Amino acid sequence: MSWGQFWDAVTAPRVVASYKLTFGASLLAAAINSVFGLIVAWVLVRYSFPGKRLVDALVDLPFALPTAVAGIALTALYAPNGWIGHYLQDWWGLKVAYTPLGVLVALIFIGLPFIVRTVQPVLEDVEAELEEAAATLGATRWQIFAHVIFPAVLPALLTGFTLAFARAVGEYGSVVFIAGNMPMISEITPLIIITKLEQYDYTGATAVAVVMLVTSFALLLLINYLQWLSRKHNPEK
Amino acid sequence: MSIEVRNVTRAFGNFVAVDNVSFEVASGELMALLSPSGAGKTTLLRIIAGLETADSGQILFHGEDATDTHVGERRVGFVFQHYALFRHMTVFDNIAFGLRVRPRHLRPSREQIRDKVMKLLKLVQLDWLADRYPHQLSGGQRQRIALARALAVEPKVLLLDEPFGALDAKVRKELRAWLRRLHDEIHITSLFVTHDQEEALEVADRVVVMNAGKIEQIGTPQDVVERPATSFVAEFLNLDDHGPAWLVEAKIKHRGYVLAVDKELRHTA
Amino acid sequence: METTVDTALAPPARRRLARRSAREEPAWVRLALIFIALAFLLLFLFAPLAAVFAGAFRKGWEAYIASIIEPDAWSAIKLTLLAAGIAVPLNLIFGVAAAWAIAKFEFRGKSLLITLIDLPFSVSPVVSGLIYVLIFGLQGWFGPSLHEHDIKIIFAVPGIVLATMFVTFPFVARELIPLMQAQGTEEEEAAVVLGANGWQIFWRVTLPNIKWGLLYGVILCNARAMGEFGAVSVVSGHVRGLTNTMPLHVEILYNEYNFAAAFAVASLLALLALVTLALKTLVEWLGREQINRGQA
Repeated sequence: MSWGQFWDAVTAPRVVASYKLTFGASLLAAAINSVFGLIVAWVLVRYSFPGKRLVDALVDLPFALPTAVAGIALTALYAPNGWIGHYLQDWWGLKVAYTPLGVLVALIFIGLPFIVRTVQPVLEDVEAELEEAAATLGATRWQIFAHVIFPAVLPALLTGFTLAFARAVGEYGSVVFIAGNMPMISEITPLIIITKLEQYDYTGATAVAVVMLVTSFALLLLINYLQWLSRKHNPEK
Repeated sequence: MSIEVRNVTRAFGNFVAVDNVSFEVASGELMALLSPSGAGKTTLLRIIAGLETADSGQILFHGEDATDTHVGERRVGFVFQHYALFRHMTVFDNIAFGLRVRPRHLRPSREQIRDKVMKLLKLVQLDWLADRYPHQLSGGQRQRIALARALAVEPKVLLLDEPFGALDAKVRKELRAWLRRLHDEIHITSLFVTHDQEEALEVADRVVVMNAGKIEQIGTPQDVVERPATSFVAEFLNLDDHGPAWLVEAKIKHRGYVLAVDKELRHTA
Repeated sequence: METTVDTALAPPARRRLARRSAREEPAWVRLALIFIALAFLLLFLFAPLAAVFAGAFRKGWEAYIASIIEPDAWSAIKLTLLAAGIAVPLNLIFGVAAAWAIAKFEFRGKSLLITLIDLPFSVSPVVSGLIYVLIFGLQGWFGPSLHEHDIKIIFAVPGIVLATMFVTFPFVARELIPLMQAQGTEEEEAAVVLGANGWQIFWRVTLPNIKWGLLYGVILCNARAMGEFGAVSVVSGHVRGLTNTMPLHVEILYNEYNFAAAFAVASLLALLALVTLALKTLVEWLGREQINRGQA
């Protein structure tokens, strides 16, 4: 395969559309999970409510549930006749399954535990005295969160974000069922690789895979860098 | 601004940490709350600060009931044993924190904040450290920064929880003397908690000696050393070494007769 | 007079006020956050789980049982158990060996090894499968010579086992490395001084210290081994009754619009996930107990 062929294979309009969807949806899913994952971690660390231990254990469900099972379950739920999908359709005319939104839903499912599980231990370690010191200095509860607690968990949140993003970019099983896989619209990059393989286009599949691999490596480096940063800023740990 | 503690009680389950305690810190006074570890003195200090609430009793600042005032509105300066500096902020930002979190209409201008912080840094003799992060400082420096941070909001009273407890012996001695001089300079009503007798006697104007949640004696250092009110005070202050002598308990046996002395016989000067 | 009335009436009211200390939010904020968290989890985690079981039993018990004991499903179950049965023990051995080497010895290329161990986590499962196709497939590096000797790896059981092993490799090692690093080498050194040999040290000193972490890694490794979809999908070839694992079988049934059967087989995998979570929680708890006892 020459450079020109490689370039053509990885920049074909259908492939580029799949990058946009895969990376865009992964980024958005990781961002949504950062907000809600932080809230979930906060609630699990700080508050008590009935069934908390069960909820805590179930947060890891996306780690344990086979992706294909998650995929068909999410599709059944968010399809226009599904438990949730039919309300979304009736109330807002929103179609989730078989659209790019469906990809987003699957990637949110897959990424949630990465955020919760990286933030949770750090949140547990935030010293009570720091919050009390801020309170005696007159800070409101919100100011204490924004200026004292949040900066302390930010490195962990960023690490979780990167982990969730990296996982989402490569995710296949939970997405293919709900995505609808329409070329140019709801087709993810891993599916492009599979399709090319099924057409015995091994070089084309490899070319796209190389793009994904390079991205994965870049992400891995970024994760290591973030962890190094967080150690630098919390040297007492 | 005086602090008055009135009949304060606080229990954790069956353990009574503070048992019906009353005393007063006069305006401008530096008072020590002295007791062995685990005798409820930190709990009491936290109740005064509003970080914890009493089961019963009242806290009054300058005669006004502050019992139900939220910690942020009590205007107390609190210095923690382990400094509790914000480690992602520079020394400057740490000290400025209390001014910057004020509601907009009460917040000083940028220049005012800078002047104030620099003035405080000079007061604690660390103005050359403004741009450092807490982890770059020694323990003694951190505690002085923590004190400057507490003073920045112009508290009405200053509360210090074992302020020198995490420092090594030499630094502790230096800081002790420094705190005394600082207090002579700014005269803020201060209450500090310690389990170190020497520290309390050397630094404080008056000392409250506590044991098992109760007050044993209140007095000037000279008072408690020369006239310990109870045997606990005498024992705790180790007065055998440098105080006057007295008899706490004795049995005298002579030809089958036993004479027991169960009352304290004190030598008074 | 007024103050006595005050103190007499105040305590109960004050205790309620006391609930809101310096570290707590107002009750309405707390309730709102709990509600948001639970609603989010309900929409994205709990509802899908419930949907699996609802879909599985939609046509009743008999249809459920029938779709599980049906021959193709049964062979998929057997293949899944086989793949996990080979991949998990081997990764257990590799994982312990890798973690042992990394935690207890210094050698060149150590940080490279650590990065490589993480690789399967950061590579898309589809790409992992592709790598095997490129190596062992008909047009791959070893393809022609394998074909000559009539050995089939891709689109056959060995490929499925290899792909499963690759994607599950990091679980045991990653769990053990930080644990073994934290424990250091002091106890092992003490055992050497007391005259123990390598095996004795491993069985009597190292293993008891890492057993909970090891079990934890094995549980997660097994869950992923039985549930892997992307990598296995690429190398399997989807031959019904021969190279279909349970997740692949679920896909085929689903694409044939045989939803009840698809969810029935999926429910077995969901059950496996729940058992995994329960065991994982139990192991975490037991591990913490061991640490607490160690400190006491």
